[in-house]
Amino acid sequence: MRIALFVTCFNDTLFPETGKAVVRLLEGLGHEVGFPEEQTCCGQLHFNTGYRRDAARLARRFVSVFDGCDTIVCPSASCVGMVRDYYPELGVEPPAVFELSELLVDRLGVDEVGAVYPHRVAYHPTCHSLRGVRVGNRPLRLLRAVAGLELVELAGSDECCGFGGTFAVKNEATSAAILEDKCRAIRACGAEVVCALDNSCLMHIGGGLSRAGDPLRTVHLAEILAAR
Amino acid sequence: MSDTKAFARAAAKELANTQLRANLYRATHTIRAKRAAAVSELPDWEELREAGRAIKQHVLEHLDRYLLEFEQALTAAGGHVHWARDAAEANAIVARVVKAARADEAVKVKSLTTDEIGLNEALEAAGIHALETDFAELILQLDGDTPSHILVPAIHRNRTEIRDLFRRTIAGPELGDDPRELAAAARRYLRERFLRAKVGISGANFGIAETGTIVVVESEGNGRMCTTLPHILISVLGIEKLLPRFEDLGVFLQLLPRSSTGERMNPYTSLWTGVTPGDGPKELHVVLLDNGRTRVLSDAKGRQALACIRCSACLNVCPVYERAGGHAYESVYPGPIGAILTPQLADLAGGTASLPYASSLCGACYDVCPVKIRIPEVLLHLRGRVVAEKIGRADPERAGLETLAAIFADRNRYERAQRLGRVLRRSRIRAAAARLPGPLRDWMQARDLPDVPPQSFRDWWRSEKQ
Repeated sequence: MRIALFVTCFNDTLFPETGKAVVRLLEGLGHEVGFPEEQTCCGQLHFNTGYRRDAARLARRFVSVFDGCDTIVCPSASCVGMVRDYYPELGVEPPAVFELSELLVDRLGVDEVGAVYPHRVAYHPTCHSLRGVRVGNRPLRLLRAVAGLELVELAGSDECCGFGGTFAVKNEATSAAILEDKCRAIRACGAEVVCALDNSCLMHIGGGLSRAGDPLRTVHLAEILAAR
Repeated sequence: MSDTKAFARAAAKELANTQLRANLYRATHTIRAKRAAAVSELPDWEELREAGRAIKQHVLEHLDRYLLEFEQALTAAGGHVHWARDAAEANAIVARVVKAARADEAVKVKSLTTDEIGLNEALEAAGIHALETDFAELILQLDGDTPSHILVPAIHRNRTEIRDLFRRTIAGPELGDDPRELAAAARRYLRERFLRAKVGISGANFGIAETGTIVVVESEGNGRMCTTLPHILISVLGIEKLLPRFEDLGVFLQLLPRSSTGERMNPYTSLWTGVTPGDGPKELHVVLLDNGRTRVLSDAKGRQALACIRCSACLNVCPVYERAGGHAYESVYPGPIGAILTPQLADLAGGTASLPYASSLCGACYDVCPVKIRIPEVLLHLRGRVVAEKIGRADPERAGLETLAAIFADRNRYERAQRLGRVLRRSRIRAAAARLPGPLRDWMQARDLPDVPPQSFRDWWRSEKQ
């Protein structure tokens, strides 16, 4: 299958390893990955902060950049949610964008991707993947099929980490208080690695863990699935 | 003047209160679990939610008709209907009725609507003391404090504080902090007042258009006392509280207790239809309150906030409410529902413009809402309104985001910005920026920032694929 990658501006700039992992993973499964180089941002940041005119412009731009792509994959649940759920509100018809685990499980019909990752991993379902895009147990199905991976239970995993985009800085104190509780739960669960579908939340969680001097790592699902 | 930072400031202050944090954590998690258990018992919960949503939406779309039907039915049943455009009109109506009865005291059922219009304060100014009879509301009134939760208004207080307060005000120095003892002290104090009050004041959970019936749902029995013992009863209803038919209660009396207290059924449900000779109040006055509601109705996206049945399930699952507490919202309506209702009722005036931003958009509120109010969607809608109506051209946030939008609008600009980011990563500029007021410093308060990697994804792609 020919799949267009929407890597997101955030991953492109700050977390390139995630994009590389998606490419390796999909190519390894025998698919052809394209990267429309005109892509920048889906407009989520502007939309979520209330700048709808700017968001609408970026939404229209996104649609024209991905024009002709039948299947688009995106390793960020919140960006998928933006395109799928909120483009219509901006008067823009959304193209078919799939979050990575949706693409793998639903479109490509695979749970087992041949990954090897010998670590204790906690899965944090980000709010946008859990209650926005509603990926359900797809990421867990994928993780359970990874060789050597020990999945550990994270208490209160369905609770928000406190990131929330500009919320993290506009309401810094509240965001930090939510993060503190999330980090405590992560520390208590005995994982070496925290995994999620959104690097934005992981940057926030990782920033909190690192500030506390904790050696725990945060890793995007794609990077675990691409590990051999 | 709009203030988009009011919530952040108030929340930061509340967050420093560790006692409050501990109380909130315990209380919200307890109610959350009870609600989840009560809801899971009903196999048709999702259908009930959908029915609740549909009925409320229908009412809001035909409110003109149902209000007149309600007035007609209630008048025919011997009640008096008053229409109040705003808080001042409503308060004046209530004061007039109390004074006509030559009373200077009234007993009250807990009511958010009367808190919204500042009824107690207005009556006090008119020489009338309105006594709160709900246990928690009584605590707050005795201490000059304000509610911080829709359903558990004194969630921020603990029992030693309450014992000390009661010792100072309504009980003797021998009072202990056993909850039963505290309740007994309040009961002794209130009983006497229930019996002597000429006037009772209530809000309403529902008003039935078809019959003119008013419904109050409560747990302590104080509402039953207030609505049956005094000869004159005044009920203040927001105009959105109507349900079309009596049978609609079948849906809402299932949705409300399970969502709010996590009970299958609440202990007391009082319904009264006008006046009944020889039973209950001899005079019934109903005040129908607008106070911004028709303006909210004119907003097609925002109006769903008026479907709220005040269950407070959204507060109990909200990560922001759980940490910041109710007072941070500086409104009668706290939590996620408050963050969309308050700014709309106030037309985004003052600090209410900060409330749509008082959310991480986690969506837990929508999942528990018994009438399926799409709170995250309305929050985003209101953020759009704040930016369009309240944030000035010269605001640094606007400047920053518009610059960013211009960067994202052009691939070359975007790639240049990425390269600049990588240069800054190595420089001392970043360290300096982290000390200047702004988003970077805010981020660095509690979190480290990852390094900008030496190569972007697109640079890797180009080197790899071309």
